[in-house]
Amino acid sequence: MAYKLIGKDFLPPDVVAKVTGEARYAEDFRAEGMLFCKLLRSPMPHGRVRNIDASEALAMDGVVAVLTADEVPSFPPPQNPILTNEPLYAGEPILAVAATSETLAADAIEKIKVDLEPLPFTVDPLDSLYPGGPNARLTGNVANVRLDLQTVKWDAAAFVEADRGKLPMGPPAEEWQFGDLDAGFAAAKVVIEENFVTAGLSHHSMEPRSCMAYWQNGKCFVHGSSQSQSYVVPGLANYIGIEPKDLVYIAEFCGGGFGSKGSAYPVMSIPAHLAKKTGRPVMMRITREEEYSLGLARPAFQGWVRMGFKADGRISAVDLYVVHDNGPNMGFWDFRNAGSAVSIVFQPEAMRWRGISVLTNTPPRGPQRGPGENQIAMAIEPLIDKAAHELGLDRVAIRRVNAPDNDAKYGAKQGPVTSAYLKEALDRGAERFNWEERKKLSRRRTGNKVIGIGVASAYHSAGFSGFDGLVRITPDGKLHVHSGVGNLGTYSYGATSRVAAEVLGYDWSNVVIVRGDSSKHLPWNIGQFGSNTSFTMSRTNYVAAMDAKQKLLEIGALEAGGAADDYDIQNEAVVRKSDRSTVMSFADAAARAAKLGGKFSGAEVPDNINPLTKAAVAGLAGSGLIGVAKDTLPKDGVTPALSVGYIQVELDLETGKFVIQDYVGVADCGTVVHPQSLANQIRGGAVMGFGLAVSERLVYDPKLGLPANVGLYQAKPPSYLDVPAEMAWDAVGKPDLANPLGIKGIGEPIQGCAAAALLCAISDALGGHYFNRTPVVTDMIVNAVAGRPQSYRPLQVNVQ
Amino acid sequence: MMIKDMMPGFELYQPARIEEALDLLDRFGKDAWKLAGGNDSLAWFKDRVIRPKAVVDLTGISALKGIRETADGIEIGALTTLSEIENSSPIRERYRVLADAARKVASPQIRNSGTIGGNVAQDTRCWYYRYGLPCYRAGGNTCYADTPEAMNREHALFESDRCVAVTPSDTAPALVVLDAKMVVRSKRGERVVDAEDFFVGPAVDITRMTVLKPEDLLVAIRLPAAWAGAKFYFEKVADRESWDFALVNVASALVMSGGVVERARVACGGVQCTPRRLKVVEDLVAGKAVDDTLAKLAGQTVTRRARPLNYNHFKVPLMQNLVTRAVRDAA
Repeated sequence: MAYKLIGKDFLPPDVVAKVTGEARYAEDFRAEGMLFCKLLRSPMPHGRVRNIDASEALAMDGVVAVLTADEVPSFPPPQNPILTNEPLYAGEPILAVAATSETLAADAIEKIKVDLEPLPFTVDPLDSLYPGGPNARLTGNVANVRLDLQTVKWDAAAFVEADRGKLPMGPPAEEWQFGDLDAGFAAAKVVIEENFVTAGLSHHSMEPRSCMAYWQNGKCFVHGSSQSQSYVVPGLANYIGIEPKDLVYIAEFCGGGFGSKGSAYPVMSIPAHLAKKTGRPVMMRITREEEYSLGLARPAFQGWVRMGFKADGRISAVDLYVVHDNGPNMGFWDFRNAGSAVSIVFQPEAMRWRGISVLTNTPPRGPQRGPGENQIAMAIEPLIDKAAHELGLDRVAIRRVNAPDNDAKYGAKQGPVTSAYLKEALDRGAERFNWEERKKLSRRRTGNKVIGIGVASAYHSAGFSGFDGLVRITPDGKLHVHSGVGNLGTYSYGATSRVAAEVLGYDWSNVVIVRGDSSKHLPWNIGQFGSNTSFTMSRTNYVAAMDAKQKLLEIGALEAGGAADDYDIQNEAVVRKSDRSTVMSFADAAARAAKLGGKFSGAEVPDNINPLTKAAVAGLAGSGLIGVAKDTLPKDGVTPALSVGYIQVELDLETGKFVIQDYVGVADCGTVVHPQSLANQIRGGAVMGFGLAVSERLVYDPKLGLPANVGLYQAKPPSYLDVPAEMAWDAVGKPDLANPLGIKGIGEPIQGCAAAALLCAISDALGGHYFNRTPVVTDMIVNAVAGRPQSYRPLQVNVQ
Repeated sequence: MMIKDMMPGFELYQPARIEEALDLLDRFGKDAWKLAGGNDSLAWFKDRVIRPKAVVDLTGISALKGIRETADGIEIGALTTLSEIENSSPIRERYRVLADAARKVASPQIRNSGTIGGNVAQDTRCWYYRYGLPCYRAGGNTCYADTPEAMNREHALFESDRCVAVTPSDTAPALVVLDAKMVVRSKRGERVVDAEDFFVGPAVDITRMTVLKPEDLLVAIRLPAAWAGAKFYFEKVADRESWDFALVNVASALVMSGGVVERARVACGGVQCTPRRLKVVEDLVAGKAVDDTLAKLAGQTVTRRARPLNYNHFKVPLMQNLVTRAVRDAA
């Protein structure tokens, strides 16, 4: 279908402010009488506060207040606390100090005497599961979202082979199965069985999670750093201890979140609490070093997998076990996503998934781009290569024979998908990469250099439904798209706003996107995470625009007689269907709507919209024509974002270093909304994926429980010199069947496929040496080439 | 309690002449801190681990800057930036190994502010030490990096003595192979120290990385003509291509005569507390024509007394390979 705006490049309205430096992030705001706060954080991985003596600090001139855990709302364990008297990781905030300058607040922290009782701790889930092993919390060692905090110890017998690298597999916390596993393995010609480790790693968003808050006329105003807008409001209000209606949340720009700023987070409420206590605005600037402790991290996996392959490469059975390093708190469900991802990407005929989420005294975990899906892509994809080699199959062909299509099944319940074009993505990538020719270079050696070729796929779900859309046409004729989704930095808030303009036939120059501040009357939208925005927000903006369109037609009928059906829209005016003659401009229709009242002006709203959206409409009522609706469009099944990466590396066998010579990323994201942004996502996702695959990880000294990587130079995300200057991209472009414009998301798998493809290429260059561990860092390659043992213990996590 | 990333107050002195700086260093002694590009200093200050009373900012002293021709080679002011060295024609033409080494330091931004003096005088990057733990080097009585389970992948193979930290400098091995002379001044006068002797290990002084005492100022580095125009090699292996410290680096200078090596100097960084000069290789290759066999042999000789820790034995083959390349591929 030919669109006027969808599929065309445009300049998102916030770009200019970003490149000129005019964009104001949370820490750029100032308010009269503002104080600065600093956090006193735990020096040990697990302890209990016996006493706090802040008298010396409070006696300092300019120190205004100390805030402790006893003064802020507390939440049932294992939820992330705001402040704590039982720190569960090195760097966890115990208290906060507000002072007239930041330096003074820091100096005051040093004057506070906290008597901490050290408690047992662990940085390795398997150590905690071992009989008598340490628990990360006084009250347990296993928990997750929808998994109660409990203590689990496995029988020592489970660990007998652990020192040889076999994953202990005691009773899982959760499991599911479909199909006949035994029959699947019996039908297999090749069975691959491997243990694996994927490291946890920090998000290191460029903008730390700084925050400023003040109170005015009973409302709390918060300038925060978040990926999301409306979705943050209820959670942050809860952390502050107020009703959502009493919170004004401003977050126009976000300097990166990668999942760690998708929802409200507890430290975000500290300035609000201190502002209440002191009666003055409070700014909390989070530092880079703090970001590495309280800024969340991706969970690590210790895993085992057994996969059966038939002669044609078809996967007949998968048996997967994931021990998930969840940090000390509620964490995130990466281990579950790992199972679902395998079920959809490889469509096994039978599969069992088992998992357990174990607590460690390491940073709290949260979702990071492709949480679980991308770890498992890195673990499984190289093993697909191994099977292809044993079966004598082409590496693209073995993926293609298993790849999902529109009849694919998903997850434990083997439910349907709304569209899946992974085969097409593999084909498109093979063509762009020239796979047939390139694969001849595989393992080709020139001197000490050897070529490696890789291909891999990845998945994330890509859309939700049930949220609200809100648009407004004002009497000046402008279309205002009210977007409550947030501004993660992908510009999808802008791209999806164009759906409303497309439906109403608007010239883009007459459209205003309203966003970034909850007092601007924003609808209830889900947050900007989970690769969902393109799908979800294109639907909400579609239904809101369709509502506006219907109202325009009805106003046309009121103006010129007949029924709404007799009218159409064209060139921002209501026209007669019969002769396309103009009845009235949108501007006039908006003025009429304001006078008409009722549903037209927003005086009446649909019952099924969220209270937050109702409040937003109430604030706009009478100012023009309101289009508002809840997305109740059909959606039967999961909407998958799928992607493929092809890569070529040249590896130096003497140094363990390699150069990425070429990368092609292909997305199955339905209709492409914004090509430029998609290209940026595919390339940026690949860069982040390379870090995931070969350089980034959490490292903890197991005896001290302290982190080695607390700076960007230590945590080692890729630099521009580590990636190719040019990376190619493409998209399948086939519309999703559950989105009115065929749009679905893509943000996450494009990282996972690049990471996994790179690992496949490194193993290819090394003649089929599989590390079964990420990241594959320089020393691992040097040791592998030299035939030396690796330094880490089998299955060890948080290790160098 | 933990409070990092927030610089405490200090007195800032900004002398315009070397003599004024020496007066300040003499006056404040151990309480003074010499500030050049600030890339090492500011991190220490922000983490509140090092808390000088007086910071002596050297960047206003023009006599410490620039690259000058001398009767016997070149003299580089200690405050000359790494970018200037990387792009200096005389250095590129005659002492290319130093330009190549400078170009591998950190990132372009850091090289624009970072100085050669700061690069050779910078402190070690042992993460335990940088974390602020009270180790031997920090004046305590233990080493956290040399325990049965310590994360010591980046640490030393050689010459450990209580401390297992390594030299982080990329230019240091290049200066050692060029037989650079380090010009050190204090109120008591000037002394010239060979680059090889400028760096000190823990057995000599566990709290310092160089011979510089609190009252000393490195004012210049002289490159003698003896190694100008030799065949050179520099390589750094790190996890990233930018803003990373060497796992192992290597520098070599080979003076050829009639197809054979007349004399050679080879040094490695990242394997002990000081740049490790590889006399064994220098002696091995002298008088011989370079071929693959000799280069491989050279590599094999260098790790004889290596004492790997739990996570750094990869440095053994890596160092061997780099030395092989430094002999084989010098150009």
